Amino acid sequence: MDLSLLPDGGMRWLDASGPKSTIVLSTRIRLARNVRGIPFSQRAKDADRMAVLQRVTDAAASSGHLGSAVAFHLDQMDRSERQLLHERHLVSKELAGLERESRPRPGAALLVQDQVGVMVNEEDHLRLHGMWSGFDLEDAYAEVEAIDAELGRLVPFAFHPEFGYLTSCPTNAGTGLRASVLIHLPGLVLTKEINKVLQGLSQVGLTFRGLYGENSEVVGNFFQLSNQTTLGKTEDELIDHLGKIVRQVVEYEEQARDVLLRTAPEEVEDKTWRAYGLLKHARQVSFEETMNLLSGVRLGVGLKLLPGPGVYTLNKLLIYTQPAHLAAMDGRSTGDRELPTVRAAFVRRLLEAESS
Amino acid sequence: MLCDNCKERDAIINLTQVEHDSKVTLHLCEQCAQQKGVETGGAVLKSPLGNFLGAVVKGSTPGALVPASGDALRCTACGSTLRDFRDSGRLGCDRCYESFDTHLRDLLRRLHGSSQHVGERYELPGAGGGGLSDDDPRSRLLELKAQLRRAVEGENFELAAELRDRIRVLE
Repeated sequence: MDLSLLPDGGMRWLDASGPKSTIVLSTRIRLARNVRGIPFSQRAKDADRMAVLQRVTDAAASSGHLGSAVAFHLDQMDRSERQLLHERHLVSKELAGLERESRPRPGAALLVQDQVGVMVNEEDHLRLHGMWSGFDLEDAYAEVEAIDAELGRLVPFAFHPEFGYLTSCPTNAGTGLRASVLIHLPGLVLTKEINKVLQGLSQVGLTFRGLYGENSEVVGNFFQLSNQTTLGKTEDELIDHLGKIVRQVVEYEEQARDVLLRTAPEEVEDKTWRAYGLLKHARQVSFEETMNLLSGVRLGVGLKLLPGPGVYTLNKLLIYTQPAHLAAMDGRSTGDRELPTVRAAFVRRLLEAESS
Repeated sequence: MLCDNCKERDAIINLTQVEHDSKVTLHLCEQCAQQKGVETGGAVLKSPLGNFLGAVVKGSTPGALVPASGDALRCTACGSTLRDFRDSGRLGCDRCYESFDTHLRDLLRRLHGSSQHVGERYELPGAGGGGLSDDDPRSRLLELKAQLRRAVEGENFELAAELRDRIRVLE
């Protein structure tokens, strides 16, 4: 498996070059599409899946956006490699066959080029996606839409005049669009305002999830906010609406941080320096603890209470301290009992490199 | 009655909470109720489906929202039944949307508040366009008017009002 040809291994968003990237880590767009006349994954036979893969591969090869995409055939990869792709948010758990006692389906694949890609034979035949740095819904959507238009000219998509793009699960029908932002909200969590904000989201047709999407837990104060409905509104309306609400949430977060600085400056400063200190000196650290410490440091950097590290480094730590990444770096298995030690050493190394 | 919390404004909401096996009823004004996370009239009206949708996501599959009465219906293309969808939450193929259209239309409205796609129109490769293109506002207008007619016929007045507004904008 070779991700090294891609900027940041398919995660250009790590570079924190986008708008508001201290608070909004990334913006993700995905479009669900199916090939007309071929059964959806639930009902598809292996031959159907291989046919889908062939068509998508051929179409991608002659497209401008995916013409030099790297292809990963998940059914031919080791579990640890599949987990690595999942940790990079490039494939879903389902496509990677990481759910309990599951295996990747024949024909399950990922094509990825720079910051866009397509999952093939997931819940839908095609899941086009793009991940952008910071809060950048418009650019991300424009790019993914362009790929959609290109592929749609070469592969016949299932479309219905009333129901729109037809998807395996009716929750995605219509536009097939899910727009989401990965956002860091420690201010709202610390001021205990977060539940109000999250409750408000469901009132305006949005939903939240943890770092890894559906059914994942919230750790390190990182939330994924996205549209809930996909039908009855245009793509632009869905994106504008999400954008408007996210801007508001960012504002609330900034206000909450102001409140923290005004009412408890010493506590906040202490909390962020402690987090930084632990990351710099700990000899063993679990992934969950790492996430929480990174959250504290990120807050400190955002509030300029800490001189460093840069947001790029913080983003990298978030991804590279995950089990499959550490295991791959150190030639171990993902279940290795030494991983907390390996993780602590890696974190120290990266932070030292930055401060030297 | 004055609000139990601020003792300033009139109480308009009764909030009953169960704490340690005893029932406490608070009489609250709108502001204080909101502070306690209670949805008040205005907020609820903005999205009548908000809570319902939340329940769907956290609960079982959307298939479970389809009544069992149609269980025996079978898709002519892929052979899956409505029962299969109720169990798995996934449809068998694109034609299922036609085979089960009455049930799915109903479900889509409950899930999304509408069953009418108004986003980008898709043209199959080789369909060749001809006549008005989808980008043409005139063709968009015609399409919207057709949708409006269907909505009125189907007594879907919420959708009809929405379409009427869109048509106004285009005109």
